[in-house]
Amino acid sequence: MAAEVLLNVKNLVKHFPIKGGIFGRQVGAVKAVDGVDFFIREGETLGLVGESGCGKSTTGRVVLRLLDATAGEVWFKDKDVMALDKEEMRALRREMQIIFQDPYASLNPRMTVGNIIGEAMEIHGLASGKDKEGKVANLLETVGLTAQHMRRYPHEFSGGQRQRIGVARALAVDPSLIICDEPVSALDVSIQAQVINLMQDLQNEFGLTYLFIAHDLSVVKHISDRVAVMYLGKIVELADKHELYNNPQHPYTQALLSAIPIPDPNVKRDRIILEGDVPSPVNPPSGCHFHTRCKYAMDICRVEDPVFKDYGSEHFAACHLLER
Amino acid sequence: MNVAEPKTTVIKETPKGTSLYRDSWVRLKRNKLALFGGFLVIIIIFLAIFADVITVYDPTEQLIWKEGAKAKLASPSWEHPFGTDLFGRDILTRVIYGTRISLAIALASTIISMIIGVFLGACAGYFGGWVDSIISWLVNVIYSFPFLLFIIAIVAYLPPSMWLTFIAIGCVNWMRYARLIRGQFLSLREKEFVEAARALGANDFAIMFKHLLPNALSPIIVNATLGMGGIIMLEASLTFLGFGTQPPTPSWGNMISEGQRWLSSGQWWWAIFPGIAISLTVLGFNLLGDGLRDALDPRLKD
Repeated sequence: MAAEVLLNVKNLVKHFPIKGGIFGRQVGAVKAVDGVDFFIREGETLGLVGESGCGKSTTGRVVLRLLDATAGEVWFKDKDVMALDKEEMRALRREMQIIFQDPYASLNPRMTVGNIIGEAMEIHGLASGKDKEGKVANLLETVGLTAQHMRRYPHEFSGGQRQRIGVARALAVDPSLIICDEPVSALDVSIQAQVINLMQDLQNEFGLTYLFIAHDLSVVKHISDRVAVMYLGKIVELADKHELYNNPQHPYTQALLSAIPIPDPNVKRDRIILEGDVPSPVNPPSGCHFHTRCKYAMDICRVEDPVFKDYGSEHFAACHLLER
Repeated sequence: MNVAEPKTTVIKETPKGTSLYRDSWVRLKRNKLALFGGFLVIIIIFLAIFADVITVYDPTEQLIWKEGAKAKLASPSWEHPFGTDLFGRDILTRVIYGTRISLAIALASTIISMIIGVFLGACAGYFGGWVDSIISWLVNVIYSFPFLLFIIAIVAYLPPSMWLTFIAIGCVNWMRYARLIRGQFLSLREKEFVEAARALGANDFAIMFKHLLPNALSPIIVNATLGMGGIIMLEASLTFLGFGTQPPTPSWGNMISEGQRWLSSGQWWWAIFPGIAISLTVLGFNLLGDGLRDALDPRLKD
C-alpha cells in the first residue's frame, strides 16, 4: 500500500509577461513552466532535474506561491493552494518550506543566526523568549552546529555551515514538505555529501517529504525515490529512479543519462550528443518541444504535443515514439 | 640569529558574533581623516550642548550700554578673542551659540527628510508598479524645482521662523533619501533571504522594515552625514538672504550677512569667524561621511 499523496500538481503553467512598446503592452511571454503534472507521496523524495533555464526552480516557487501561477492547480493534502486567501496561505506556509541554492544570498546578513531561525517560530506563534532560544539551540545541534552559533552573523560561517543554517530555518516551523532548490549546487563536492547526508537523516527523523530540484544527476539519483526530467517548461519523463536510470524511455532522458561521467578511464561508452542549443522559452517549438534536437523526430512531433501519460507501473513519459 | 619569529595571532572565541556594524567601526577607527572629521563633529556637538556653560557673555547682550563705545566693533583681544560687533556683542559667544541653531536645523531637517524619504522610497521600491510610478513622478517633479528658490518661495509666504526653516529644508531634501532607498529596495527585494522570509509567512511590513531596511541603511547613514554639511550651508544661505533665523538670535548666516558690510572697512572679524565655523563644521561632516562610506561599504574601496 503506497503512502498518501501529499502534493499534487496539475497542469501548472507560469508565463512571465514581456512588456514592450510605449504603452507597456504585453508583447510576449517567457513560458518558464508550460504545463507540468506530478505528485509526491508522503515521506518520499521526488527529484526534479533539467538543464539551466528549463523551469525547475520556477516550478518550486510557484508551488509555494512565491510566484503566482498563470494556470493550473496545486493540491496540498486536501487544500487547493491556489485558492487560499492570505491568512490561510500564511498558515499553510508552516507545512511547506524551501531551502535555497545560494547560501550566501539566502541569509539576512544583518540578523544573527538565532534571529534568522527564531523568526519563523515567532511569525507562527510557535515559541518566544527563553523557549524560543532553547528550540533554536536544539535545531542548531540537529543540523550539526552548536548552540553558541546562535549569536553569530551569517558572514562568520562557511558555505556548508550556512546551508545548514538554511536547513535549520526551514525546519523551524516543523514542515512536512521541503522544496530543495539546488541546495548543494553551490557547495564543494566534499561538503555536498555532508549536506545531502544531513538532509537524508532529517528526512528519516522527521518524516519529511522532499521536492529535490537539481541539475546534478548523480546527486539526484542518490537522494531521490522517483525522478522527473524537465525540458523547456515540461516534464518529459517521470519514473522510479531505478526504472528511469536503467530504462529511460524519452530520447532526452537517454541523452542526459549518457552524459553522466563514469569515474573509470577504461570504460568506453556511447554518448548521445545533442545538436544545437535549447530553444528560447519565449518561442518554444511547436508540437513536442524537443523535436528540434531529437534524432528520432517524426512528422507528428512537429505538429502535435505528445501526451504525458503512464506507460505502466507509474513510468510516465511524453513522447510519440512510445505511442507506436 | 636572524630568523623572524612566526607571528601567531590568537583568535579569541567569543560567543557573541561580530555584526557588520562592528566590522565597520573597526575599519572606521583605522581611517585618520575620518577620525579627525568625527573629532570636529564631536567638538561642535559639545559646543552646542554646553554653550551657556562655556561662554562668559550673553549672546544678545549689547555691551555698548555697559562699557561704552570701546565695546563697539572691538578688534580681537583677550576679553573678546573674536572681537565684538556693532552693538558690542561678543562674537565668540555668538559663534558658539550659532552652533546650536545650525546643528538643530541640520539634525531636525535631516530627520524629517529621512522619515518621509525612507517611507516613500521603501514603498516605491518594494511594491513597484503604480505606487512606484506615482512616487517617482513626484520626486522628479520636485527635483526639477530650483532648490533655493523653492525654499524661498515657501518661506516668503509664511512668517520666517526656525521651525519653518527646517520644515522647508526637510520638504525638499527627502527626495534624495527616497531615491536611495528605492534603488536599494529594488535590488534587495530579489534576494533569496527575502524570498525565504516570504516563504516563512512574514508580512510585507516585516519584510520591508526588518529585512530590507537594515540592509539599505548604510548609504542612508553616509548620505545623511554628508548632507548635514549641505544643510548647514543652506541654512546659512537662507539666513544670509534674510529668510532663515531672525536677529537677534545668533546664527552663522545672519552674522555673516550683517558683518559682510564691514569687511571692506577693516572689521573683518565679524564675518570671518562665523565663516570659519561653517567651513570647519562642513569639513568635519564631510570627512566623517567619506570615512563612513568607506567603512560601511568595503567593496567601494577596492
